[in-house]
Amino acid sequence: MGSGRLYLAVAVGGFRRYATYRAATAAGVFTNTAFGLILVHTYLALWEARPGLGGYEQAQAVTYVWLGQALFATLAIQGGGFEVELMERIRTGEIAVDLYRPVDLQLWWLANDLGRSVFQLLGRGVVPFVFGALVFPTALPGDVATWGAFLVALLLAVVVSFAIRYLFALSAFWLLDGQGVAQALTVTGLFCSGMTLPLNAFPGALGEVVRVLPWAAQLQLPADVLMGEAAPLGAYAFQGAWAVALLAAGRLVQAAATRRVVVQGG
Amino acid sequence: MADAFIELDHVEKVFDVRRRTGFLKRERRRVRAVDALSFTVARGEMVGYIGPNGAGKSTTIKMLTGILTPSGGRLRVAGIDPSRERTRLAHHMGVVFGQRTTLWWDLPLIDSYRLMHRMYRIPDARYRENLDRLVALLDLGDLLDVPVRQLSLGQRMRGDIAAALLHDPQVLYLDEPTIGLDVVSKTRVRRFLRELNAERGTTVLLTTHDLQDIEQLCSRVMVIDHGRLMYDGPLAGLHEAGESERTLVVDLEREWPPIDAPAPARVVRVEGPRQWLAFPASRSAAPLVAWIAERYPLADLSVREPDIEAVIARMYAERAGRAVP
Ligand SMILES: Nc1ncnc2c1ncn2[C@@H]1O[C@H](COP(=O)(O)OP(=O)(O)OP(=O)(O)O)[C@@H](O)[C@H]1O
Ligand SMILES: [Mg+2]
Repeated sequence: MGSGRLYLAVAVGGFRRYATYRAATAAGVFTNTAFGLILVHTYLALWEARPGLGGYEQAQAVTYVWLGQALFATLAIQGGGFEVELMERIRTGEIAVDLYRPVDLQLWWLANDLGRSVFQLLGRGVVPFVFGALVFPTALPGDVATWGAFLVALLLAVVVSFAIRYLFALSAFWLLDGQGVAQALTVTGLFCSGMTLPLNAFPGALGEVVRVLPWAAQLQLPADVLMGEAAPLGAYAFQGAWAVALLAAGRLVQAAATRRVVVQGG
Repeated sequence: MADAFIELDHVEKVFDVRRRTGFLKRERRRVRAVDALSFTVARGEMVGYIGPNGAGKSTTIKMLTGILTPSGGRLRVAGIDPSRERTRLAHHMGVVFGQRTTLWWDLPLIDSYRLMHRMYRIPDARYRENLDRLVALLDLGDLLDVPVRQLSLGQRMRGDIAAALLHDPQVLYLDEPTIGLDVVSKTRVRRFLRELNAERGTTVLLTTHDLQDIEQLCSRVMVIDHGRLMYDGPLAGLHEAGESERTLVVDLEREWPPIDAPAPARVVRVEGPRQWLAFPASRSAAPLVAWIAERYPLADLSVREPDIEAVIARMYAERAGRAVP
């Protein structure tokens, strides 16, 4: 009960912190809109040549593009969320301050990242999405229930995204230098979450593999739930399983890190 | 000791340091940061913990707070093994690291305190009372709405000390709390700590490189070097144990050959008309001053107290000398 209020306060803090970066938010909105335009035209040409690619109609492909742009920052698909700060705190030994508090490190950062996600959904996601829906023919559902189902899938997607980045970030306890880890996160994020091309459209064995990796829980599944291409309960089960597995792995690594590994600096 | 609140029994901490010495070549080295360290601190004591750079002070504090696991030995704080029950212990301790802050950089000071309120689950009435008292004692009234990044070092340090005490900890660890503070801020922080210890009975362990911190606050001092306890007792005893020396700085009317002072006083440095003489800290300076005044054209003089670094350095040199078989 008492700790619920703490983590709520932490989430609000995460939201407020990103809300102060107005210029960055405006630049992000512009970038995502511009990128969406480029990608939409590429997709339209592609679907012209290969109708029904990945099981999508043209309008669905367009919807997928704008959804991707809208959720790009929300899901921190190329990284750049709390994990940068966490790795830096581990590297400099600042993490000591977090460790001698009576809080759960993982929950703390999860709450913080949820706050950031909510801000970026509202601040960076809505405008490109509405723009895309007004200018291009999209395949959006008309019923509230599907939108509700989508929001649940989105929440699970945010948790999976957090859990992946948390695991990567903890590696800094051993590697100290977060540079390579951040790059790995960017590349895997962009490719495996279907930011470049829907995972449904990946061919053969490669497609089979990326569709069961945790990154599939991020963009592909919420998109399919929204467009009626995936049954919500099946999607939740997949996302939930990855969320639980990755969060549990995060806890194990965290325990190992704080037990055996060294906190830097005097 | 009546009630051993902090207990260390042959505690050690060994770091494995890997260093790249060439392409794919690594060298492993073991650093024994804390070596068979044993001591106890009673509830309500205020102890100074000093030693040269790299002596193992911060490492000891990290083990006491539970964020580092000892490589060996037994360590208990309030009967709790810190590294095993870090979160439980966290409710009973406050920590201030001079070079770090617990406060949230981007947020106003008061927001950090509100988070502490939730984090430590401090009852509302208690929180109000403690906040009001700390704000008054540490003079934080005008700073509560200022974002932490805009605070000066001394203001931030006071803010950090308040943050560490909102939840009424039984023990307070201070790692160089006066580092970088001006004289006024140092005095204020010291006065506050003395009152805290006297009125609330908070156990305090303090590391510092400033001898005055110890002189004004601690009845007991522990000296550590190379991870080993070298002295544990009152500060006065430290001067004897270290055979420390005071320095008489003499300004003559003009340049002069080194003063031929009676032993054990001796000239250690000459710079133009100014000369430095070392003499045992246990002796009075008066006879030496009189002796010089009679024989030399004295213009001015001053006496410098031995500084802690010198005392420690001498203690260490002595120990190293004895240790040779
Ligand atoms: N993370 C680490 N990895 C390897 N060695 C370390 C680590 N932290 C500390 N050490 C070593 O342990 C020894 C003790 O360090 P510690 O920080 O405890 O010293 P200290 O007494 O606090 O010194 P200072 O007065 O400079 O703050 C040093 O030799 C240091 O190099
Ligand atoms: Mg230190």
